[in-house]
Amino acid sequence: MKSPFELVCPAGTPAALRTAVKAGADAVYVGLRDKTNARNFPGLNFNRQELDEAVSHAHEHGAKVLLAVNTFARAGNTGLWHKAIDDAARLKVDALIIADIGMADYAARTHPDLRLHLSVQAAASSPEAIRFYVREFGIRRVVLPRVLTVPEITALNKEIPCETEVFVFGGLCVMAEGRCALSSYVTGKSPNMNGACSPASHVAYKEEGGEMVSRLGDFTINRFASGENAGYPTLCKGRFKTMDETGYIFEEPTSLNAAELLPELLDAGVTALKIEGRQRSRAYVRRVVEDFRRAIDSLEGHAAAPQDDLTSLSEGQMQTKGVYKKTWR
Amino acid sequence: MALTKLTMGPNLFKWQPDDWRDFYFRLADEAPLDCVYLGEVVCDKRSSFVLPYMDKVVERLQNAGKEVVFSTLALVMSKPDRKTVRSVIADHKFSVEINDISALAHLTEHPTGKPHVIGPMINCYNEETMGYFALKGSKRICLPVELPLSAIKTLSEQARKLDVEVEILAFGRMPLAVSARCYHARVYKLSKDSCRFVCGEDPDGLSLQTLDDEDFLTINGIQTMSHSILNLLNDLDILKETGVGSFRLSPHSCDMVEVTRLFRSVLDQEISPIKASKQLATMGLNAPFSNGYLHNEPGVSWTVNNSNYG
Repeated sequence: MKSPFELVCPAGTPAALRTAVKAGADAVYVGLRDKTNARNFPGLNFNRQELDEAVSHAHEHGAKVLLAVNTFARAGNTGLWHKAIDDAARLKVDALIIADIGMADYAARTHPDLRLHLSVQAAASSPEAIRFYVREFGIRRVVLPRVLTVPEITALNKEIPCETEVFVFGGLCVMAEGRCALSSYVTGKSPNMNGACSPASHVAYKEEGGEMVSRLGDFTINRFASGENAGYPTLCKGRFKTMDETGYIFEEPTSLNAAELLPELLDAGVTALKIEGRQRSRAYVRRVVEDFRRAIDSLEGHAAAPQDDLTSLSEGQMQTKGVYKKTWR
Repeated sequence: MALTKLTMGPNLFKWQPDDWRDFYFRLADEAPLDCVYLGEVVCDKRSSFVLPYMDKVVERLQNAGKEVVFSTLALVMSKPDRKTVRSVIADHKFSVEINDISALAHLTEHPTGKPHVIGPMINCYNEETMGYFALKGSKRICLPVELPLSAIKTLSEQARKLDVEVEILAFGRMPLAVSARCYHARVYKLSKDSCRFVCGEDPDGLSLQTLDDEDFLTINGIQTMSHSILNLLNDLDILKETGVGSFRLSPHSCDMVEVTRLFRSVLDQEISPIKASKQLATMGLNAPFSNGYLHNEPGVSWTVNNSNYG
């Protein structure tokens, strides 16, 4: 029986990939161990041999491997990105997730048989933009920017000739992805250029008068009273002041959980559901993937399965349906 | 070598229509600018306010010998956004600036194609992307703000081969991010759809501080900008040598005619960049300067040591 959605799951390591496949992933997305992917963190990602083995393992178990080459190639060093794209084709990954127009052009010209998915980092948020990528580079699926509501996604799907994939769980960017330089403004490292946002190398915690202060670069991102859970200082989820307002001006430290929206997303014509978190542990991957697998499998008849409480896995233990509900804006 | 150009970027803030008109009239009459970008970039809902003055402003700028380019929206999602972009592109009178790929999509569907400018919010990070845009008819490309000098060098070399002009944002608060969420409305506890145009209260954006009361960022509707003011006066020489063809100034409520004159004087080697920066600092900007990105440092940093380019 065909699953109503393709469940696309994160893996930062070969072990996490095997865990995701076992837990019911239809596809697993991974990155190479360099600046070519947007989760370029120490100790994470795959070398070529590991990618080769990952593809074999996934294919043996009926799952796909998608390779994210979704940063913007550095001027004067595009060879590193070409090599990633060439290796994706050589190692027969099922699709390449791409963001940079120059690299999409290279992939389409050099490897016409390689299936291309447009990364969320490309920020294609309208039918015109998506059709452009389909026409120019033969994009087969677009990972939708986290700026659209469910009714907007429904309308969009009627106007585009390719599949859509949406995020359903995990870290939530408040800003349009691929169009944010907040991290590099403070640290010199950005998602677009370095594959990292608010990198740990620039994070510091210090105790000050009974409060825990979290800093990124030279700026205080948050202060926590004793007993308060001192979260990671992701820039856009810090506490700031403006006029007479103090608080989470951009976004609370929440993470996305769209599990309850699966029937609506199915009606909206969405093909694939994406779970964020290549930096997460195997235990996390197992629980989230299993839970969404059950939720998808019980969708026949449109009754969502009761959810496990995944709240404890969420950032700051708070969840939101995010931009899928218009009130978020 | 062609004279290095100065351009006035699109006004990213919501100003009172009369102030907006007077600002451009004065630029037309007094500012040594080669090109002025008009058009709303941040929020489609703002566009209509200045429309009654648009023809007059365009006429005055063109009569003063200034090129006029129409900038388009940075984040195109809704039907009204899409309609606005489509109609700007369909208007054959002007060259346009692309700030979202959907605008490029319209242009490349256009049978005759149309020369255009690629704005700084389009991700042109490398020579191959630049080559692609050149094939599609891009004549000028304003590079993303976060690029270091080494990348600008590579891209300028490529641009020369492609006969494309490289433009660099050289003055003003830097656009750092856009979001589906309007932070002005959020701060005022209003919904985005009934925002009462509260962003109009802040002609240079709404400043945001850390919990230590340190000035940090600037809110401008759906856009987040730097608090610091990008100032590349000290870097104009090396960028000119690199082959950068135009420098973009971004409108703020300070005396932009005077800002333009300062940049022109430094480009023409009439005054030193150090002296010009000192004058710029007295113009009521109430914010520190920055130029870190160019020097391969965090964007917020400020360095006048030219040996430190990345």
